[in-house]
Amino acid sequence: MTGQVQSFVGSGKTSRRVQFALLCLFIPLFLIPFYVVLSASFKSSAGADVTTMWKLPTEWTSSGISAAWKALKGNFANSLLMTIPAVVISSLIGSLNGFILSKYKFKFSNLLFTLMLVGMFIPYQTILIPMVRFLQYIHLYGTIPGLALVHIVYGIPITSLMFRNFYVSIPKAIVEAASIDGAGLIKTFVRIILPLSLPGFVVAGLFQFTNIWNDFLFGIVAIPNPTMQPVTAALNNLSGTQTVDWNVLMAGSLIAALPTALIYLTLGRYYIQGLTAGSVK
Amino acid sequence: MSTKSAGISRRKLRVNPAAVALAPSFILVFIFVYVFIAYTIRISLSKSWMPGLQNFDLPTPWYGTYHDLFTNFRFQADLRNTVVFTVLFLILAVVAGLFLAIAVSNMAKSKVFFRNLFLMPYAVSFIVTGVIWRWIFNPVSGVNLLLKYSGISSLYEKVFGSPLKPQWMTSPEVFGNMNSLLSNVIPGGDSLQAQMGVPIALLPVIFAAAWQLCGFAMAMFLAGLASIPHELREAAAIDRASGFRYYWSIAIPSLIPMAVTATVILTSTSLKIFDLIYAMSGSGIGFSTDMPGIYVYESMYKALRYPLGAAASVVMLVLVSAVVLPYLVRFNKGTEE
Repeated sequence: MTGQVQSFVGSGKTSRRVQFALLCLFIPLFLIPFYVVLSASFKSSAGADVTTMWKLPTEWTSSGISAAWKALKGNFANSLLMTIPAVVISSLIGSLNGFILSKYKFKFSNLLFTLMLVGMFIPYQTILIPMVRFLQYIHLYGTIPGLALVHIVYGIPITSLMFRNFYVSIPKAIVEAASIDGAGLIKTFVRIILPLSLPGFVVAGLFQFTNIWNDFLFGIVAIPNPTMQPVTAALNNLSGTQTVDWNVLMAGSLIAALPTALIYLTLGRYYIQGLTAGSVK
Repeated sequence: MSTKSAGISRRKLRVNPAAVALAPSFILVFIFVYVFIAYTIRISLSKSWMPGLQNFDLPTPWYGTYHDLFTNFRFQADLRNTVVFTVLFLILAVVAGLFLAIAVSNMAKSKVFFRNLFLMPYAVSFIVTGVIWRWIFNPVSGVNLLLKYSGISSLYEKVFGSPLKPQWMTSPEVFGNMNSLLSNVIPGGDSLQAQMGVPIALLPVIFAAAWQLCGFAMAMFLAGLASIPHELREAAAIDRASGFRYYWSIAIPSLIPMAVTATVILTSTSLKIFDLIYAMSGSGIGFSTDMPGIYVYESMYKALRYPLGAAASVVMLVLVSAVVLPYLVRFNKGTEE
């Protein structure tokens, strides 16, 4: 079998070497922004100048990182307080919906689901004014719980889709056996389906964490007070400030990117599963 | 008598528990999507709606806000930018994604490394990458320094006699002019104020967006390539088909459904693009890198012209719907088998 693999077209030795060489040409292209950020983050304010952007630090220091952390730590905490509850709640809701949509289909359930999926694609600019009015009405405007609520609701379509695609692989016989034993929908879901859902939660949770952490528009519109805004908003404000040293700005970018980048580097394969599971095929 | 009527009503009330469990989610999403959109459309048709002043009076004519919007220089530039951006970005991201997917799928040991490297930017926020690319494409640093170090600048000066100093996002130039052509083709085309061409300042932004999202296209194509039956590839090898022939006649045609999915998602992302441009270039000189998403945000929250911002957001919704709705309708038909 291994001998046959080599006889596949397009994977002959020469062809593969050429493709490998071409892929290697792409490495610097993809690493350039990461190089700029990392090298600048460890420069001192005196040594950080945009005209010496490509040079490594002459003396490595963490002063830029500590200055950026001082400026961003409050907003970093806001991002965590917004992201973690929103990820957990929208994934739980999505798992229940996905279970119903894959195993308890009823008349019009597919139509209702398609109507919900529209929410995945709409430009959020189209709902900003009523969203703010709604948050004011329930007294959550300008608060992190209010922002988390918005992320939960707009997260329901994508998490429902991911879990629906995930539960397709669970045999229907398990659900039928439970219903013969007299278990209702919720009991079956909690006792039998949830314990089987850990991989689904990892995939949907990682995907939602990245989406919500990286959000900017909802953060600046639902919360006008800069100290309460998420870290992406604070980084953009920092970038617009003329007096900020360049090494501090790059260190701030590093800090804002770190949680999602770390998740990606350690759990990348689940993240890639989420990409294909979350697409309407 | 009372027990009998209770029995009847209980039977009548017996509803599907699945529908009951789905109802809260559906109602919430329905309000946040459809009711909110209807509210925004209503505001876009008002003359002077403000948050404190709920005045829904119509202007004369009733579509007055939309008339103002489409005759506005900035919004015309935005529509031009969104078309140029979407077309060039899609070509770049999908072609690069396809190439990377084919090459990565043929790697053995290095497959996981390359796949993770090319998808890495997708996990990082647009604000972060926008801030970084802003400096890489700054005329006094980044790419222009590389042009200088590598000797390309001095070579260019020797050959062409003028110094090579690309202005990137601060370039005011618009390449090409289609105004006279468009004024004959589209209704009201004679009121075009913005120059209809390719703004040079948009090119670095398109590059940055493709850099960030071609990994997504690659991941979709990789999933598609993995689902091609091995027998097909073996059969092609037995027939001594060339690698090119195999990809051209077998692999690429079978990737078309994946290509459609990736294109729909990337097009909708591109039509809505906001964060990356807001952080990387802002609106640009003469609105050369402005986008409808930025226009909506600034009309509402900077200029406080809510009806105008709402109208621009409805135009965005129409553009996105034109791409996404046919795709969702097909999806709905597919699930009803």
